[in-house]
Amino acid sequence: MTTSTTETLAPPTEKYTILGWIKRNLFNSIGDSILTIAAFLLTFVLLKATLSWAFLEADWTVIVDNLKLFMVGRYPVEELWRVWAVLYLLAGVVGFLWGVWVKGNKRVGYFLIGMPIFLAILPFTMKARLLILAIDLFGILGTTLGRGENKNFKKWSLIALLLYFPVAIFIIGGIGEGGLLPRVKPDLWGGLMLTILLAVIGIIFSFPIGVALALGRQSDLPIITWLSVGFIELVRGVPLITILFMMDLMLPLFLPATIRIDSVMRAFVAITLFSAAYMAENVRGGLQSIPKGQYEAAHALGLSGFTTMTFIILPQALKAVIPILVSQFIGLLKDTTLVMILSLFDVLGIGKSILGNPDYIGTSKEVYVFIAALFWVLSYGLSYASQRLETSLGVGER
Amino acid sequence: MTNKTFYEEQDPIIICRDVQKWYGDYHALRGINMEVRKGEVVVIFGPSGSGKSTFIRTINRLEEHQGGQIIVDKIELTHDVKNIESIRKETGMVFQQFNLFPHLTVLQNITLAPLQVKKQNKVEAEKSAMELLERVGIPEQAGKFPGQLSGGQQQRVAIARALAMNPKIMLFDEPTSALDPEMIKEVLDVMIELAKSGMTMIVVTHEMGFARSVADTLYFFDEGQLIESGVPEDIYTNPQEDRTKLFLSQILQH
Repeated sequence: MTTSTTETLAPPTEKYTILGWIKRNLFNSIGDSILTIAAFLLTFVLLKATLSWAFLEADWTVIVDNLKLFMVGRYPVEELWRVWAVLYLLAGVVGFLWGVWVKGNKRVGYFLIGMPIFLAILPFTMKARLLILAIDLFGILGTTLGRGENKNFKKWSLIALLLYFPVAIFIIGGIGEGGLLPRVKPDLWGGLMLTILLAVIGIIFSFPIGVALALGRQSDLPIITWLSVGFIELVRGVPLITILFMMDLMLPLFLPATIRIDSVMRAFVAITLFSAAYMAENVRGGLQSIPKGQYEAAHALGLSGFTTMTFIILPQALKAVIPILVSQFIGLLKDTTLVMILSLFDVLGIGKSILGNPDYIGTSKEVYVFIAALFWVLSYGLSYASQRLETSLGVGER
Repeated sequence: MTNKTFYEEQDPIIICRDVQKWYGDYHALRGINMEVRKGEVVVIFGPSGSGKSTFIRTINRLEEHQGGQIIVDKIELTHDVKNIESIRKETGMVFQQFNLFPHLTVLQNITLAPLQVKKQNKVEAEKSAMELLERVGIPEQAGKFPGQLSGGQQQRVAIARALAMNPKIMLFDEPTSALDPEMIKEVLDVMIELAKSGMTMIVVTHEMGFARSVADTLYFFDEGQLIESGVPEDIYTNPQEDRTKLFLSQILQH
């Protein structure tokens, strides 16, 4: 009987009681038990100290009073709706992308929808809470639209993503004196908004430059190779702060006196160049992960070098480096705090300037903890979302 | 062998004269001479490291030859990129490791070159791609990605992909060496059908059954040299060179 059995058997399932699980995973041996207890004690001590400080000692009024400054800096209050509009637009576009591309990845979906709800619980005014919750509304609207059956949605979603950034910058920056969108000088942009804008624009513009440099580095033309390698190694060899200094102090020396580039622009250029050098090296890693056979097959079919790159090599190489690009973005997000030296008020700069106000003396712990928490939420959220996305896009599979 | 009389009337489509190739100091090809006529099926065999793969890859310039002459369909292979491209358009190649494009579907793998190189329109290209998939026996796999197919199916897609450019010559570089035994036949069947249809083929393979029944001419390579050539029957029953005898006895004894 045993040899001719045809039925397939279900895999064995392990069933634990809670106590059984605890025994097996936490107190399996004496060493395990000691480690478990020590870890619990350490966690308890740290948590108790942190929580009792956060809820009993800390005075969070400095944050509540200056929330607007933290978020958008000196951006004029009467134009704040534009920032909200940009946020809603983002929610809509992300929702749409989600609906079109991501099928059945519920956990990240809940996470994304949960974030505004979590924020709305925090002690804001009722109006602010409603404004925050509206983000979810637009997100869900976008998702519902994206779930619809339409062949062109994939194309549209990418176009929407590409168009989003120039449109967002246009809405925030505005144009002309009067009208619906009067110009808000970049000097007035600040806070978290500036931090995110610098990082996002840095990564977006550095992407094509980085890809070009990576290809240039592998070029058959020696002059192109030297130029690419020279740029990459020069920029990677110095800290970002040096490049920012150069932009601030040296650039005006080379330009005619009549041309004045505002400091936000200078920061954008510096960050983009800096990021491009790292991007180039990351993309090069992706390019090198493509087996030689792919080039050979493309050449054997008579594809030109350009077509081979565009249709065969780059799509695979870039897909392979998505995880690295996300971590590069997270790094850049934190590096942008260095723009303080260009007298820009990013979220950290705003924090410092608030601490300079005599009313808030002695609140530096609160301010810095708050800023750290902001960065942590952004960075962790990004890394979590990207990890889940990687699984659903099948990155890493060949 | 009706095929044989047909190809013997034809002019040579590939002419190789004294082809030389080095890898560093290693002399990989030592003066190979070969003429292949239109419609001829050539099988190259020999021990590993004998230069047979290197040689077949010089014909479409995946490897550069450093001496001698290679003329494909009246075009001489030189450094001229135009010449290389036009030769590549006329020669299809099938690799040991398939080398399908993993990020494209089967249909996209096949239509890419016709769309990008020949600038065919999409409807036309997809129609002929489907006909080719019929021909290799897997039309139902058109929408799948290469990673979802078995090795034999992947290799058949690779053949269809090469045929999509309507090549005059097909080069096969050990097409069955990476396959599980039960999949070898399905690939060989496609190649046999192709040979019967009058395609000019150069095949590097260890499948001696295939070589015996399909090839018009066998070439035996060893240590970068062409040792012996002839019709399969002669090579099998009456090899002239000791090295050929030795190699045949090694691979045919079981």
